[in-house]
Amino acid sequence: MIKSYVRDIITGLGSLLTGMKVTIKVMFTKGNTVEWPRQTAQLPEKFRGHIMLVPNESTGFAKCIACGSCVRACPSNCITVKGAKPEGAKKKSPTLFALDFTKCSLCGLCVESCPVDAITFSRDYALVDYSSKPFSAMNLLDDVASPFSGGSE
Amino acid sequence: MFESQIAPTYHLEPSEEQESDFILNLGPQHPGTHGVLRVILHMDGEYILTADPVLGYGHRMQEKIAENMTWAQVLPYMARMDYLSALSYNQAWVCLVEKMCGYEVPPRAEYIRVLTTELNRISSHLLWFGAFLLDLGAFTPFLHAFEDREKLLDLLETITGSRLTYCFFRFGGVGADVDATFLRETQEFLDQMRAHLPGYHELVTGNVIFEHRTKNVGVILPFDTSGYGLSGPVLRGSGEAYDVRVKEPYSIYPELKFNVPVEQTGDCMGRYLVRLAEIDESLNMIDQILANIPDGDIQAKVPKIIKPPEGEASMAVETPRGELMIYAVSDGTKIPYRVKYRVPSFANLSIFSKMARGQLLADALAILGSLDLVIPEIDR
Repeated sequence: MIKSYVRDIITGLGSLLTGMKVTIKVMFTKGNTVEWPRQTAQLPEKFRGHIMLVPNESTGFAKCIACGSCVRACPSNCITVKGAKPEGAKKKSPTLFALDFTKCSLCGLCVESCPVDAITFSRDYALVDYSSKPFSAMNLLDDVASPFSGGSE
Repeated sequence: MFESQIAPTYHLEPSEEQESDFILNLGPQHPGTHGVLRVILHMDGEYILTADPVLGYGHRMQEKIAENMTWAQVLPYMARMDYLSALSYNQAWVCLVEKMCGYEVPPRAEYIRVLTTELNRISSHLLWFGAFLLDLGAFTPFLHAFEDREKLLDLLETITGSRLTYCFFRFGGVGADVDATFLRETQEFLDQMRAHLPGYHELVTGNVIFEHRTKNVGVILPFDTSGYGLSGPVLRGSGEAYDVRVKEPYSIYPELKFNVPVEQTGDCMGRYLVRLAEIDESLNMIDQILANIPDGDIQAKVPKIIKPPEGEASMAVETPRGELMIYAVSDGTKIPYRVKYRVPSFANLSIFSKMARGQLLADALAILGSLDLVIPEIDR
């Protein structure tokens, strides 16, 4: 009785020391943490931020032809697109491209469905604000030049 | 009025026989329940008389949502059900639609699917390992598991673009090809994981406190398993070698050599050992995939708008938690007529009341942890 009691204590202590050995070994290895904001982790190439419009290289206007593929592909109905033909142009251009980022699930189906590769993911991850307003109607046309006279509207 | 509908009221009054009974609410915001699960415990001192799980706090009508979306739009929602093994859910849905439409998937795409799903399985088991031991009061293993899991998430992020709620598989293929860098990094991860796994056993499995907390706690006897519809490691911990990957093979699993780990004890320790052995099996599977991955296309030609022919189909896959089955009915339009999910956690939770009866409160948390529940999957 006493014998097995003492044996249990010794094997128990032994098991705790074996675990402690692993901990001590790790103490002398290099850490894996990145101390944000002094350091930042590298974003992978395929990082999916909110979507943004790709400008045409020569004109600077959005490549988007306002066909509505992305609107139909979106499972959360968070994209609104309206388009019109600028004077003298063959294809439509967006007059409104609004994203409701509060609903977006970042699935990427809109980017995949685009026939002219006019949408891409931004690399902006620090999206913080005191209210949801800046994200419930993000005007993506702000970042590209407009073919319509009188600003982006 | 509403409260009485969701909670069984008869437990809220003390029973006549034992005046000392009291009701203890575990959850819905308790860290030990890993989500919004509420358990009404009817206690006698430290011992549990009855345990009634109350579900539905995270109910999002996933099945109804699927009836209002096109077949492709349902895919992102799959990841939101079981956020720890999103790729298994992805796989179930794309395989189901491929079955209905009769699409052929290129072999390279199938290999990528199984490669990423098995990586996802390891990451799910690692998170469970950390969280389970956190429930038992051990903090160090959690950090060890999360260090390895972090590497895994980085790895999956480089090809899928997200860390947790993946939307990576497509009907007839996968969303992106893997490159040589990814394969090399996967090999590096395998070596690292193989080097770390014995450390896990050293740190935890032989630990005297852990043994006392898990051995002969929450025993599921083999004759209980079928009646409750258990699956996954919970079933395999009770001596039943049932694995969908072997019994109803899909994708490239028939070509891979792997064992189905089984433990006979049926207690928390058995389920723990099964999951750790499964990590090892997944590593072996990934080894074989890396050696044999063929070249070629990653996407079959499929129409832009998916309209499966009229009819019904079901598809079962093995998620880290057990058997997931999706049943869908198509009426020939671009929107599913009816979708039904059979999720593993729901069935695995159903035996909890029986296991918890007569146990200590602290053991009930060990049992909950060993079931590896994901609550959004139960509530969906």
